[in-house]
Amino acid sequence: MGSFFIITSLLKIVGILAVILTMVSYAVYAERRVSAFIQDRLGPNRVGPAGLLQPIADMFKLLLKEDYTPRSVNTFYYWLAPCLAVMPAIITIAVVPFGSTLFGVPMVIADVNVGILFVFAIASLGVYGIVIGGWASNSKYPFLGGIRSSAQMLSYELSLGLAVIPVFLVVGNLRLTSVVRYQIDQGWFIAPFVGDWTDPWKWLLAIPMVISFLVFMIAIFAETNRLPFDLPEAEQELAGGYNIEYSSMKFALYFLGEYAAMITGSAVIVTLFFGGWHFPGIPDGSRGWIFGLINVAVFFAKVAVMIFVFMWVRWTLPRFRWDQLMRLGWLFFFEIALVNIFIVAGLMALLPK
Amino acid sequence: MVGQISSFTLHHCFVIGHLSLVILTMAITVPRPTLNWRERLYLPAIVAGLAITFKHFKNMLLGRTKVTMQYPEQKWDSSLPDHYRGAPALVRDEDGRVRCVACQLCEFICPPRAIKIIPGEIPTADRFAKVEKYPEQFDIDMIRCIFCGMCEEVCPEQAIFLRKDYAITGFTRADMMHHKEKLLEIGGIMHGVVLKWNERK
Repeated sequence: MGSFFIITSLLKIVGILAVILTMVSYAVYAERRVSAFIQDRLGPNRVGPAGLLQPIADMFKLLLKEDYTPRSVNTFYYWLAPCLAVMPAIITIAVVPFGSTLFGVPMVIADVNVGILFVFAIASLGVYGIVIGGWASNSKYPFLGGIRSSAQMLSYELSLGLAVIPVFLVVGNLRLTSVVRYQIDQGWFIAPFVGDWTDPWKWLLAIPMVISFLVFMIAIFAETNRLPFDLPEAEQELAGGYNIEYSSMKFALYFLGEYAAMITGSAVIVTLFFGGWHFPGIPDGSRGWIFGLINVAVFFAKVAVMIFVFMWVRWTLPRFRWDQLMRLGWLFFFEIALVNIFIVAGLMALLPK
Repeated sequence: MVGQISSFTLHHCFVIGHLSLVILTMAITVPRPTLNWRERLYLPAIVAGLAITFKHFKNMLLGRTKVTMQYPEQKWDSSLPDHYRGAPALVRDEDGRVRCVACQLCEFICPPRAIKIIPGEIPTADRFAKVEKYPEQFDIDMIRCIFCGMCEEVCPEQAIFLRKDYAITGFTRADMMHHKEKLLEIGGIMHGVVLKWNERK
């Protein structure tokens, strides 16, 4: 504790912020390339080698655009909303362990004992950015987008919360570092290959974990407003939804928020179900700083794969209709997650210690 | 035979008319397809869709799909047909003489009035005095040109042709004005007797 703690924490914050912002800008680039490849196009490939400098060009374009504020907006909330959209997505990453240790410093900004509760508490604030933005714009389409977003958040937050309960039933702790620690000892939740992997109980336990993972991932799709649940945005119906009246950097902040939420969502999924920074055969940072770095790299590689899955799903599935979305959330995922909890609890009771 | 056909058509008309009447007067209930449990589960369809998109992604990544031409690096030029209608240009004959005799027919036929010719007189002492006129100025405004090829068709001296240049660019309107030198540069030399009314040109 003391000055060492403060300095290392600041370094970690600056470092993770730099990594997240870089990932966001390259996630936009990756989205465009992946969508292009899926549709047999090439995508942006002109700026720099293979178009890798495209994010910089995009950034300059957005910075140099006219920042237009419509006359009829509620100025204070109109300015506040984009910030509210970005902030929660970036704050959430604070509790996610993105590496083991580096020079003896644990690679997590805040290892709080209510980790996942913190994630849910902050991540659900993200909806305020959209709702307030939709309302403050004083325009019909953004308003509809905002309303849709709030209703969608209500329907999916529930299954999101219920879907992770099995994980914490097994781990017995809400701290995200102990979730990772458990998975290092016992194997990843959805693929328990580590340790005594011939144990049939583990594989039996993996079945409800996979269900849990699917429900959680689908709820994260809804939470981050990605297709097939991008109803607040819905280009075809609402012409862009909540962000119609925004331009220049404020629009870019919404964009940033969406992608940052996606990265954070991926990070949480990776931590909960894919063993976080752990990869079989690679020791943790106590064996040398190089392994610490590799662990961080493994974590972000897993996050990148998850982001690819997000994009892959987005460019495959059509958008759900409004009533279908509500039906799916309330009548299926909620029940599936609920029953899943009982299954895991039952298995835990039967499980030989 | 004729009677049969007409009666058939009449019958048909009656049926169609009747149907349209039905459509106008009552709502049609389209039956919902009954789905089996696999279709109701919806997940197999999602997985199949994901597999298809991933196949496309993989083929693009490995360079197996070739649908996009990278334009400035790769061009159509080699596969352009002979009758391609690109930029109009003036041609010289084998002796390097400008074929145009400034008759101004192209100027008159040009639908968007892109061509402007100022004829000059060939002095009587000249070897080619019988030609009488030559184009002192010959301008084609490429902003106006619609590449219709009428100038080529109307030219009695086979002096103006539509060449294969299609990327005509410039930074100003003045840049887009093709003067005589530019037109001759694009046109180059046309060898031999040009059979203008052959099937291609």
